[in-house]
Amino acid sequence: MDVKRRKFLKIAGISAIAGISAPTAFSSLLKGEAGASSEGGNAKAAEKSAGHGEKKRTGKQLGLVVNTRIFKEVDGLAEKCTKACHTVHNVPDFGNPKDEIKWLWKEPYEHAFPEHSNHMRSEGLNTLPILVLCNHCENPPCVRACPTKATFKNASNGIVMMDYHRCIGCRFCMAACPYGARSFNWRNPRELDANGNYKFFPNGIDAKFPTRTRGVVEKCNFCAKRLKEGKQPACVEASDSIRGRGLIFGNVNDPHSEISRVLSENFTIQRKPSAGTLPSVFYII
Amino acid sequence: MPMYDSGKIITGLVIFVIIITFPIWYNVGGAEHLPNPEKPVGKKQCVRDTQYMRTTHMQLLSEWRDEVVRDGNRQDQIVDGIKYEKSLQNGCMNCHTSKKKFCDECHIYAAVKPYCWDCHVQPKEMN
Amino acid sequence: MLEKALQGKNTYWGWILFLIGVMIIGAICYVRQYIYGLGLTGMSRDVSWGFYIAQFTFFVGVAAGGVMLVLPYYVHDFKAFGKITILGEFMAIAAICMCLMFIIVDLGQPQRALNVLLHPTPHSMLFWDMIVLNVYLLLNIVIGWVVLHSQFKNAPAPKWIKAFIWISIPWAISIHTVTAMLYCGLPGRHFWLTAILAPRFLASAFAAGPALLLIVSLIMKKVANFDAGDKAIQKLTTIIAYAAIFNFFFVGLEFFVAYYSNLPGHMHTLDYLFFGLDGHDNLVSAMRFSTFIGIAATIMFLIPKCKQNTTLLPIMCVMIFVSLLIDKGIGFVLGGFVPSPLDYITEYVPTMNELAIVASIWAAGAFILTILYRIVIAVKNEEA
Repeated sequence: MDVKRRKFLKIAGISAIAGISAPTAFSSLLKGEAGASSEGGNAKAAEKSAGHGEKKRTGKQLGLVVNTRIFKEVDGLAEKCTKACHTVHNVPDFGNPKDEIKWLWKEPYEHAFPEHSNHMRSEGLNTLPILVLCNHCENPPCVRACPTKATFKNASNGIVMMDYHRCIGCRFCMAACPYGARSFNWRNPRELDANGNYKFFPNGIDAKFPTRTRGVVEKCNFCAKRLKEGKQPACVEASDSIRGRGLIFGNVNDPHSEISRVLSENFTIQRKPSAGTLPSVFYII
Repeated sequence: MPMYDSGKIITGLVIFVIIITFPIWYNVGGAEHLPNPEKPVGKKQCVRDTQYMRTTHMQLLSEWRDEVVRDGNRQDQIVDGIKYEKSLQNGCMNCHTSKKKFCDECHIYAAVKPYCWDCHVQPKEMN
Repeated sequence: MLEKALQGKNTYWGWILFLIGVMIIGAICYVRQYIYGLGLTGMSRDVSWGFYIAQFTFFVGVAAGGVMLVLPYYVHDFKAFGKITILGEFMAIAAICMCLMFIIVDLGQPQRALNVLLHPTPHSMLFWDMIVLNVYLLLNIVIGWVVLHSQFKNAPAPKWIKAFIWISIPWAISIHTVTAMLYCGLPGRHFWLTAILAPRFLASAFAAGPALLLIVSLIMKKVANFDAGDKAIQKLTTIIAYAAIFNFFFVGLEFFVAYYSNLPGHMHTLDYLFFGLDGHDNLVSAMRFSTFIGIAATIMFLIPKCKQNTTLLPIMCVMIFVSLLIDKGIGFVLGGFVPSPLDYITEYVPTMNELAIVASIWAAGAFILTILYRIVIAVKNEEA
């Protein structure tokens, strides 16, 4: 080939590649930055304040207060909340801890708060039922880890959401979560037995909500769909007992909300505060 | 001119042709009849018109999916005064209740297998 | 040059057929796993990464180890490496291919793997890992092929290849650094949360990679009349020795930090791996064995009589390779999941199906390596 033609083709090829990819790379880098900050809008404000005193909080951050005293006083209330959540969201029961999927469940104090002192602890504390779930952190490490933004922080309400359509099942988010809040579908939850019934949904499936499929990670989503219908999250509704409501839900950034009042009037603790995640779930012990 | 290694080459070519035409002969006999999706009884219209749906329902569902899940925009769709939930399971299939008689009719004919129902639940059949 | 891989003795073809057999078994096992789900492995809710990711981590290191040949030869003009630099580059290709295969078999929805490209996420370390690994693969393919082809044609390599070679050196460091960053940035896993992780990964990589290369070189000397040269072999042993010393020094530091500070978060995983925790000890024998043979091999690498002994040398290389394979390719990743974030201990035992898939990926790597090295031998020995 003619030397000049060769040179022209080389330059043309390189310019074409550069010309096509540069704006894409540039915009995706920008989007990546913007995406991270808009999806963690509240997180940015909170990030700066973490450890340096609370700054003015903007945006909506939904949160939960778990009043463990009520759960202790009312037998079976914790299980009732778990059942409500798992029924409404078609969470399968595989019957073994290896494949287990759980969104909301009960743990003893030492496992819910492993960084708290075990030393000379009272019997009452050891038997206190603690409901654990995704903390919908303001600074979620799982969102930072996800390579496809399949898990992301919804800027309008602070919920850490899952997009099951995009999840590639790499389970990096499960490694990143400091709270063990996430479950993976190690097998097909909709498997049928010989009679055509669902093996892992003994009470059938709630037809108003999808299931998930094998190969994706799932977790609590603060009942985003029920919220749109004007309802409270399923667990919050189920936690209504004769002793009062075990779970209080609302916008922690709204100083006039019920949850803000509860938080200002009670001493609450959080799981693993040293991780810097700023969880949105608080516990009254 | 003699063809060297003709045995090997012709065998290879035959195998190649068989493999490359796989999509054609594998689906032979699959389309038993032209698609005849059963329209829901008593409903006069849909969230979009028929022609649009025929060409674009996949894009519409994709847009709805991203709007609902990623943007949190679950606003009901109101078309000609009728409210539709922005959902495959609770919106579309509220009227088109039978996957077999509606959705599958065209999908089987076109040999496509959308994976929606791996997760989303069909209203009546539950299978 | 590829056609050179189609010529060989019966032993060569026997080896190739064996590898293909293992790969076919693995492929069948993968189909079973794809249909059932990843539950067919030993992984669980608490131990959500197992052998696949652990082996991936190890083989990224092996791939990075190639730089220990490229650096002396191209940057410091160490002519003795002339014959085997290409071996390092081709080994990197085989290792990276294995890494990519390990990732794909580990994905819950592998058909969505391209989502990582369609939705680029610069704040995710997995995104960058995918980029650096694939670019490194490309670099080694281009460099290796162009340089070898030039030798094949008895012509000097084109000048532009220098740029690729110069880039590949820091790039090799980057692949293992980014892989380390997958782990050392996660706030909930204290065993992984250490700044020395990337240096430790690199040290073990620079020991394991050259060790594997040395073993394969000695094999090729025996079966394929390919002599890397005594000077090159001895220099490799020096590199392995220094890298191994650094690796065990870093491991020692980890032990110090954990046990002297007495912080439970750091200690408990080491307790589980080396001493057993609350009665759970299924990795203890393996980890102790790994440490013992690793340190023993390191000491042997420092003794000239051992290094120069033609019977002992391959044994020492196998010892250090196996030691690091267990340490990084099993203990490190599994340890991060014990205890779980809720302070439970769930042990992990791989299933037969899972092991078959792992074995078949090893076979695939060996297959790629064999084909590429066959071409190298043919070119270097100037076979017709």
